[in-house]
Amino acid sequence: MLKNFVNKRDLPVFLGFIAIVLLAPIIMAPLGAGYPDLLQKFAIFGIFAIGFNILFGLTGYLSFGHAAFLGVGSYTAVWTFKLLTVNVVPAIFLSTLMGGLFALLIGVISLRRSGIYFSILTLAFAQMAYNLAYSVLTPITNGETGLQLTLNDSRVIDNMFREVSKTSLPSTDFFGLSMSGFSGFYFCAVVLIICFYISLRIFRSPFGVMLKAVKSNQERMSYTGLNTRPYTLAAFVISGMFAGLAGGLMAVTDPLAGAERMQWTVGGEVVLMTILGGAGTLIGPVLGAVTIKYFENIFSSLNDSILNSFFSFMPEPMQHVFTAVAGLFVGEGWHLTLGALFVVIVVFLPGGLMEGIGRIGKLFRRGGDDGDKKEPAAKFATPAE
Amino acid sequence: MGILQVKDINKRFGGLAALADVNLDIEQSTVHAIIGPNGAGKSTLLNCFVGRLKPDTGTVIFDGTSLLGIPPHEINQAGVSRVFQTPEIFGELTLLENVMIPAFAKRDGAFTLNAWPDLRRESDIKDKAANMLADLGLGEKLKIVAETLSRGDKRRLELAMCLVQDPKLLLLDEPTAGMARADTNATVDLLKGIAASGITMVVIEHDMHVVFSLADKITVMAQGTPIVEGLPEEIRGNAKVQEAYLGGAHL
Repeated sequence: MLKNFVNKRDLPVFLGFIAIVLLAPIIMAPLGAGYPDLLQKFAIFGIFAIGFNILFGLTGYLSFGHAAFLGVGSYTAVWTFKLLTVNVVPAIFLSTLMGGLFALLIGVISLRRSGIYFSILTLAFAQMAYNLAYSVLTPITNGETGLQLTLNDSRVIDNMFREVSKTSLPSTDFFGLSMSGFSGFYFCAVVLIICFYISLRIFRSPFGVMLKAVKSNQERMSYTGLNTRPYTLAAFVISGMFAGLAGGLMAVTDPLAGAERMQWTVGGEVVLMTILGGAGTLIGPVLGAVTIKYFENIFSSLNDSILNSFFSFMPEPMQHVFTAVAGLFVGEGWHLTLGALFVVIVVFLPGGLMEGIGRIGKLFRRGGDDGDKKEPAAKFATPAE
Repeated sequence: MGILQVKDINKRFGGLAALADVNLDIEQSTVHAIIGPNGAGKSTLLNCFVGRLKPDTGTVIFDGTSLLGIPPHEINQAGVSRVFQTPEIFGELTLLENVMIPAFAKRDGAFTLNAWPDLRRESDIKDKAANMLADLGLGEKLKIVAETLSRGDKRRLELAMCLVQDPKLLLLDEPTAGMARADTNATVDLLKGIAASGITMVVIEHDMHVVFSLADKITVMAQGTPIVEGLPEEIRGNAKVQEAYLGGAHL
């Protein structure tokens, strides 16, 4: 039974992943990240990155437009809350579906090109979606204010089965379980584990090998009797569904959808997460998502007065200099830190954090005796997948 | 009536007539060699067979159906496999995966969304691929990443990728180019074995030793046109052939 469920070789990885995700509140507490709001973000962006990795990591098609599907997922979820029910199950199903549908539309056109032209097309579509959400689609998206729950929402299903309060705004729930606080995190955690499992199955399937073949040599693929277009389109749609689901979960934990989720910076962020963690690896994207969201949280919350007290052991003129320099990298300027981190990783660890972990693991196994014998081979090894 | 009939093919690149009035008839279960000096249009001709190029005029009929205007994957699904002059393989994948991919293409067609089954449980395909690699002397290297192979081994791998599909027609573009004599001899023996199994082959080759030990029939091309066609012994003493090679672009 279990043998059909997970491959023997992947079982430790999968069980380890489940354990870490479920114990995250305890594990992350010493790092100051053990609270549900942030943990939820880890899980949601983890899902986003896992899906993105199926496209980018396996086929090598670099999309800058996945923020559009994230946004579509959020809007769909909020509309589901408004029209049908605040129970989250229909919302996440519909947001996944809509993410996939939009990915199908955009994918069919964008995948007519490859390489940089594909990337530009996806970026263009995402920006179009973003601008539409702000302008002509205002009746659907509520423009700048963002789509919110109101007391006048029809909520057809809710009205059929329960008394709907006319005085206070509803909160989302999973059959009575509130989606705020730790229960919200655990809901996202379970979805993350399911998504990780799906990605694991895809990686290990014949379809997964075909996607790797797309990345490796499309020419050979077509002379081998394989039509590459539907393979890339399928990968694009699957990753769009993951993005839609992630967008839906954002609305689940906070029933609000705004156009800023479709902005290109969000689409760029998922690219960074995947590359930072290790594109084409199973765990890398989740690791990248956690790293970026963690640094965003820590560094953006620092300000000059905190820095000032941190450098207070120094003589005053030096303290001011250090505070001024470090101040550039925190608060609003945390993107500078992210950029620096990204440069360091890409230059020294092109395989991302997973490559770093692989190297450290190798060092321990060898006892550090003969350094890095046969290093060129590591270029082709798929690190810890 | 041959398995592959080529009629009146013309292909121009700007002012250059790469192929001019090419007519060919490839008999089933034979090895047909195409020789000629560099630039004679041999590879261009093969490109027209597999959908990489579309000729300006003419027809290419394989097994009763036209190959012109249909995409490469459909040509392959019809039973035509090709080995390229520079090996086209999946460099980042293992040898086993490299050969399993064409085996899947043969079994499941041009596209299947089999994203749930485990690759390792596809034992039929896996055994078929492993046996094919073993037949070509690569049985010890199943888990090796293809990129790290020597050039000769890459060619063998590409051949395995073609043969695992049981093609009706195998196109070989200089299968022994850049090989040492011993490797060349091994490849010739291998190709003889494949020919004996009844697969029709079209071989482009510069090495006359290889050509004369493999070919049932030889076409000599020069400046985009077949100038002589015949049995190996007829070609060997032909004055026109001597002229094409000695008076042509070869020297």
